[in-house]
Order: sequence, then structure tokens, then C-alpha cells
Amino acid sequence: MKRSRLIAAVAALVLLGGLGLAVANQAGDFPVDPPELDEDYYPCAENCHNDMDVDRTPRVLEDEHSDIVLHHAEQFRWCLDCHDAENRDVLHLQNGTKVPFEESYLLCGQCHGDKFRDWRAGIHGKRTGNWNGQKHYLLCAHCHNPHTPKFKAIKPEPPPAVPGGAEAGAAH
Amino acid sequence: MSKDKKTVTTVNPRTASRRKFMKGLAGTAIGATLAGKAMASAGSKKSGFLTINSLEEYLQKNYREMTKEEKAQVLARMEKEYSERYGKDVKVKDTEPIDGVKFTYALDLNRCIGCRRCVYACVDENNQSRENPQVQYIKVLQFENGTMDFEESNRYYNPEQVPEEGKYYMPVQCQHCEKAPCVKACPIKATWTEDDGIVVVDYNWCIGCRYCMAACPYEGRSFNWGDPHLPAEEMNPNTHYLGNRPRMRGVVEKCTFCIQRSREGRYPACVEICPVGARKFGDMNDPTSEVRYIFEHKRVFRIKEDLLTEPKFFYFFG
Repeated sequence: MKRSRLIAAVAALVLLGGLGLAVANQAGDFPVDPPELDEDYYPCAENCHNDMDVDRTPRVLEDEHSDIVLHHAEQFRWCLDCHDAENRDVLHLQNGTKVPFEESYLLCGQCHGDKFRDWRAGIHGKRTGNWNGQKHYLLCAHCHNPHTPKFKAIKPEPPPAVPGGAEAGAAH
Repeated sequence: MSKDKKTVTTVNPRTASRRKFMKGLAGTAIGATLAGKAMASAGSKKSGFLTINSLEEYLQKNYREMTKEEKAQVLARMEKEYSERYGKDVKVKDTEPIDGVKFTYALDLNRCIGCRRCVYACVDENNQSRENPQVQYIKVLQFENGTMDFEESNRYYNPEQVPEEGKYYMPVQCQHCEKAPCVKACPIKATWTEDDGIVVVDYNWCIGCRYCMAACPYEGRSFNWGDPHLPAEEMNPNTHYLGNRPRMRGVVEKCTFCIQRSREGRYPACVEICPVGARKFGDMNDPTSEVRYIFEHKRVFRIKEDLLTEPKFFYFFG
């Protein structure tokens, strides 16, 4: 009984490890821009957090990072669910695996599996470069603010001229 | 100018007769007469609708009938002419299709927010006339949610911000049909489908009859009703004969999947500008391509499928 459980655990580990590797390889096929980290804060550990005690109580931050508004399933989580408590310069997955900011897509992919699959295949998100060669990928966080991921509305470019010179916007 | 006019007037109207005129035509005077006429109208730009700048241009063959040497001559002539006109080193390419490639486009309707960034990236890349006439290959249609009646769509929407609540957006451009009605309609074979699936126009062969525009169910083609206005400083000097080289008054033009980019492996300009990544482009014959993945994994549709034009432009819900 004990032995079969051990085998199952080892098998699961091997499988998971293999999956992780496959993901890394697939994304590694194409260059992904490095994340845009705020130089006022990063490296977080060295600048501040090494000298601080870890307070694991979920709370609204008042002294620092008060500009960050969490609007991303905020009823279920707070900072330390994604940011690692021991090392603030990395993130961590649900299973405790630490991932650097450069691979934050692994973190996002835990919940948004369908988008993650599409992103890897080049369907979700913007691609630049060559359709038959070197493609350029962006991290999820380049387009979506991880704390408030929904896109903001933007101003459209001007409409086409109306034939006959009528005012745009008055038509239809 | 007056000299040209003298060349044109080879017949004395007092003694002219139809028989003499036909005789004259049959003789060696034909080339000089026609060319002189053409050049005279080019000089004045008032008589006649088509613009022709030189004898070589007037006698130029259909692109598909040119030999390699003739193509090289034509391209060199154009490069010289454009470089002088726009004051920069203009390149006119004739890059051939890549073997075995079938270009396909896919657009994610779930993503598009109707911001029209693609419209203007296209205009900048492809050297369209900016105004009078205004030529834009991409028309972004706004629909009420739950409807897809093209006649009820609005392309002139101009709110402070997009996307608007309760609306969705569908950009439409040339659909590069497999069975392109525009190609069938052209009476002089000035437009055709290339081996990689791109529908192109030979602007020098086009006579401006606009039959193709009447035949196209997607409003994929535009007409230069007047001399195109392309500011020299905004002119993109990286051009292709069948693509974004400067056009002239009286010819039809259209989206070419940015032939000057895509045949060199690059994404079209509209793909690269899209801020939400709604536009996808690639080779349908390549099983690992993005468009093939979309075709195999997503719900796709083509507009006006019932017309059996078989567009190579798919819409999908990502």
C-alpha cells in the first residue's frame, strides 16, 4: 500500500516535471520581452523586504504600495498568494514552485489555462516579427496589469470621411 | 507642350476622311501618334483621366507577360521616377511567391475593440492617398450586439472611447477570395490571384472601369478618383510592384496582405499594430502555423459564405 503510493507520487512528480519542462521549452522557442519592473522598488528584497518581518495577515496596504489597486478576484486573494513571502523578487505557484518575473506566464496559466494554451500557440496576444520565422512574444503582464487585468477603453482613431463631405458622427 | 500638340495633329481637318485616317493608323505613324497623345495629356494632366508619364510607361506590358529583363527595366524606371518625385531612395521589388505557401488571415472578434489603429498603420505602410481621395483598405464596422446586418452597421462611429457598451466591431478588408469575383469581372486581366493566394492589381494595366469594385461583395477595393495625395515625408520607400508603390489617378487598389512584407516572411502592418492581438496571419499549408491552429481549434467563419467566394480571411472567437 505504502509502496504503491510512493510509486504514484514519483510518477506524478515525473509527469509534472515533464510538463513544466515542456512549457518552458515551448515558450523558450521565441524571445519574450523581459518584464517592465518598477525601478523605484525592484529589487524588492534588497531595497526593503530583507530588513522587514513577514506579516502574513491579509490586509489593505497603507504605508507602501498604496497605489496598487487589486481588482483581480480580490475577494479570494491578496499579495502573498502570488508574490513569494521569503523572496519578494520572485513569484510562486500554487504548489510552492518559485518562478521569476520573466516566467510569470506560468503563474497566470494556473487559472487561465485556455488563454495560456492559446498564448503558447501564438493565438492569444500580440505577435510581431516573422510569420515563418522568429516571432516576438510578450508576457501577459506587458498588456494586462496583473493587479487590474481588464483592458481600459481607449480613444479611437478618426473615422473615415463621409462621401459627399457630411460630418462624421452625424451619419447613420 | 505645343510641340507635342503639333505631333498629335497629323491630319488636316479640312481634307480629313475616315479612309485616310485608317490609312494613317496602319502606317508607321501609329506609335508616335498615340505616344505623343499620351504624353501630351500627361504633361497637362487635364485632358484624359488616366495619367501616363512616359512612352515606356505607355507601351508597358501586363506584368504577367513581361520577361525578366522587361521587369527589371520597368522596376528601374519606376525606382528612378519615384525617387525623384519623393526625394528619397525608393525601392520597387518584384519578390515572387514562396513555394507552397497559401496566405491566410484570421481575426478574433472577441478581442477587437474598434480602435482603428490597423486602418492608419495600413495607410502609412501602403502609401495610400491621405485625402481627396481618401483611400483606406480597412473598414471597421460597428454592430449592435446580437446583429450582423451589414446595412445596419456603422463605420463612422466616433465616441470618446472604445469599445462601447453593447457594441462589437468587425474590421473588413479584401478577403483574398479563392474564387475572387473581382478577378472574374476584370475585362482586361489587370487583377489576378497569385500562387500564394494574394489578389493583386497591375496599376499600370488597370483602365479604371471599376467592374471589379462592383463585383466585390466586401468593399475590398478602392478607386483613385483624383491624383493621390501622398506627402513625400510620409512615403514608405520599401515598395513592391504589385503592392504599395505609388498609385496614380484613375486606378483601383486594394489590400495585398502587405505583399512587400509578407513575401519576405514578415507580418502585415495591421497585424503588428493591433494593440489587442486580434489579428493573426500565416501560411495555411503549414501545420504549425497560427492560422492553422485557429482553423483546427476555434470556431471560425467567413463573411457572406453563401456567395461561394471562399475568402482566405477568417473570423473567429478566441
